[in-house]
Amino acid sequence: MNEAQRLVDLIPRLRRYARALVSDRASADDLVQDTLERAWAKLHLYRRGTDLRAWLFTVMHNVHVNKVRSARATDPLEDEMPELAQRAAQGDSLVVRDLDRAIARLPDEQRAVLLLVTLEEMSYDQVARALGIPIGTVMSRLSRAREKLRAMMLGQAAAKLKVVK
Amino acid sequence: MSSPITEADLQAYVDERLEAARRVEVEAWLAARPDEAERIADYRRFGAELRSLYDPVLLEPVPGTLAYVLSPGRRRWVRVAAVAAWMALGAAIGALAGWELHGERPVVAAAPDVGATMARRAAVAHATYSPEVRHPVEVGADQEAHLVAWLSKRLGAPLRAPKLEAVGYSLVGGRLLPGDTGPVAHFMYQCNRGTRVTLYVRTEAAGNRETAFRYAREGSVGVFYWVDRKMGYALSSNDISKDDLLKVANAVYQQLNP
Repeated sequence: MNEAQRLVDLIPRLRRYARALVSDRASADDLVQDTLERAWAKLHLYRRGTDLRAWLFTVMHNVHVNKVRSARATDPLEDEMPELAQRAAQGDSLVVRDLDRAIARLPDEQRAVLLLVTLEEMSYDQVARALGIPIGTVMSRLSRAREKLRAMMLGQAAAKLKVVK
Repeated sequence: MSSPITEADLQAYVDERLEAARRVEVEAWLAARPDEAERIADYRRFGAELRSLYDPVLLEPVPGTLAYVLSPGRRRWVRVAAVAAWMALGAAIGALAGWELHGERPVVAAAPDVGATMARRAAVAHATYSPEVRHPVEVGADQEAHLVAWLSKRLGAPLRAPKLEAVGYSLVGGRLLPGDTGPVAHFMYQCNRGTRVTLYVRTEAAGNRETAFRYAREGSVGVFYWVDRKMGYALSSNDISKDDLLKVANAVYQQLNP
């Protein structure tokens, strides 16, 4: 199978990762599109026989970092926790929405590690190579991401209980 | 004397990346530390929720603009169209079970049919795991006894991995999946040409009676599903014809009901 076809086959996985990484659909597909354009233009740099998926995720990571960097210059990130009480009447989807939101509130570099490990099921070593960081850093970011996510999710559960009272 | 359990061990335990011997040590360590065990269980739970939240994206149709990036010549459109067709599970799956998170389209849920929900879940699982090259299963067929014992324990029901050699398929292995109402067992089979079928098995709420075979098509994934006493089954494939899939489904049914 040639590389173009393999890239096409990887699009759904790129989209899954992007959706979790940037959380809104339009920006996620923008990210995927920019990644594919970059990958297509740089395909000659890909070494045949190596892991195309890892290479592609590295490309996506770099594109994402550049986007975030240029966005930050003009648009400081809002760090306010959105109001929870107004949504307390909703049903089951609240749980996944909260997870969605908690993921979005993780620091970028921790979120990337958590998603590559959990969604892409990359080995820690592959994550280290894809993100260009030492494996020890992968482990500490993974650990911090999980703890932060847990604190947010359990905290939200507690907040909801208060609202109900 | 084994080395002390580190945070990295615990993370690898969450991700099921530990060697069996180390896993046993970590489990023993956790058994003596309820707080840590709870923390690790939470990590696993949020991981499973994260996957069920985003895995359906894999089944959405790929926007033409994305595939077009990779097709400078019109010639490629044929292939792109094929991929798009493969991914056409889209809207139906997107509307499934409250996964329509971003409010772009109103979701009008049809009256939920338990079996149909299972068929969709099974199709998502099939589309997620059957293309995997390196990690198609959590436990391979070389440890079949362990696999079946583990999944039986988690589902709380005696399971069997049907033997499908007679219809040309051999067991690759299986994994545990999160389901609507509890853990789900997922067995993968492969024929010698590499075509895969997956069997999704879940426990049913008491009171569900037997049903006939039903067939559902989720995009390009075909699913035969049925309920038999307390178990629900769904057999999925996206490569073989409905007739061929029915042959396999019959073989599964006969194995499980000798």
